[in-house]
Amino acid sequence: MGFLGFAGEILPTLLRAAVTTLELTAGSIALGFAVGIFLSLGRVYGPLPVRWLAGTYIAFFRGTPLLAQLLVVYFGLPPYLSMIGIHVSPMVAAVIGLGLNSAAYQAEYFRGAVQSIESGQMMAARSIGLSRLMAIRHVVLPQALRLVIPAWSNELIYTIKYSSLAYFLGITELTLAGKKIALHTANTFQVYLVVAAIYLAIVLIVSRLLATLENRVRVPGLGIGRVRFERRR
Amino acid sequence: MGPEQKHTLGETVLRVEGVHKTYGDNHVLRGVSLQMRRGETKVIIGPSGTGKSTLLRCINQLTIPDEGHVWLGDREITHPKEDINRARAQIGFVFQSFNLFTHLTALKNVRIAPMKVNGMGKVEATKLAMTELERVGLADKADAYPAELSGGQQQRVSIARALAMSPQLILFDEPTSALDPELIGEVLSVMVSLAKEGMTMLVVSHEMGFARAVADEIIFMEGGGILEQGPPEQLFRNPQHARTGEFLNKITELYGE
Repeated sequence: MGFLGFAGEILPTLLRAAVTTLELTAGSIALGFAVGIFLSLGRVYGPLPVRWLAGTYIAFFRGTPLLAQLLVVYFGLPPYLSMIGIHVSPMVAAVIGLGLNSAAYQAEYFRGAVQSIESGQMMAARSIGLSRLMAIRHVVLPQALRLVIPAWSNELIYTIKYSSLAYFLGITELTLAGKKIALHTANTFQVYLVVAAIYLAIVLIVSRLLATLENRVRVPGLGIGRVRFERRR
Repeated sequence: MGPEQKHTLGETVLRVEGVHKTYGDNHVLRGVSLQMRRGETKVIIGPSGTGKSTLLRCINQLTIPDEGHVWLGDREITHPKEDINRARAQIGFVFQSFNLFTHLTALKNVRIAPMKVNGMGKVEATKLAMTELERVGLADKADAYPAELSGGQQQRVSIARALAMSPQLILFDEPTSALDPELIGEVLSVMVSLAKEGMTMLVVSHEMGFARAVADEIIFMEGGGILEQGPPEQLFRNPQHARTGEFLNKITELYGE
């Protein structure tokens, strides 16, 4: 049996596991987005204690290993949670761990984008009677979210690949599915080649989607497209 | 047409009393007081660093004064219980650097405050915004983003943004200082027609042609206080302080009439 035949045989199993990888990614990137927005706004606009708390959160989650964080969430928290009747499945634990970690990184990307918007626009927003929160919502965030897309793409791509750490919580995502197949065949190298190809395909598709989104929401004068270089043949 | 013919002056719109502001060791404002009556235009001049912009910002509380009081009509807006957003909504502010919202078209820049602050519906707010854009001669640029407009056009949009809230008065902070010389005229002519329509305007500017055409008073500030104020002709012909005359000569030389 050639490589292609072998690949075709293991592909359905791996693709099913890839769905789990996508679910893990979607869940944790969304959680990270929601928490990250508040962390970044807290860090830029919050009173001192809030700034300090947000800064500490970010330092902690960026400064300790992601795998350790996942293990703490999975093995460390459930005993306490089960005391109050909450059962945490591996999948939920993985999404929470990956998401809380991603939040720290996303917060820093958001902070960079928020701080790159001229303070004059905030002043103008206040001068027409918008409250600080309204100014953040209607003036700062719509611009910051556009500006952050290129940097944020990195975080999404990392999350796709770091979701493989859910392996350690016994979740059969793409990497663990590959390992299980590899155990039963002699073609370890070929199995992981197919696994890698699937990761690559996901990353390429996601990158393309984000590039499309970036173009869709582009506004003249905002972001890296500020100066347009025409490519000539 | 002289300023005395254009309208009869109304009740007091703005009253500023004893405003002080200090940044570190720098006592920028040392007890400034002034009044604006409805329909008046006053032009503030003075050397740089003398607190002109700080004074404007203390009026709408973009900068919080250390001491002193500001009344808008009969409401004291420096009162701790006053809703400052409500007060600001009634005071237009035009910035030296325009400060339009980059992600919004000219039309959306103008209608955002009526919609979000006053809760006006989209259709009505759009109609209002178009009217204000027409007023500054930019109805045809409604769908352009700030980056697609010249500096003069951006400043006119920012004037329309202020007008859309039907403010009690408009504060102008060096509205033409960031503009290329050939773009200054279009902004000044909008401001002249506003003054003639009876808008109450407090303008920091060294454009003496504008001051002579429409200002009821010129206010000369130096060292964080008002040194002298009076009708333009009086200040030009018969300044009470030597410094006022000197300064007027200097800026007339620089900016022309």
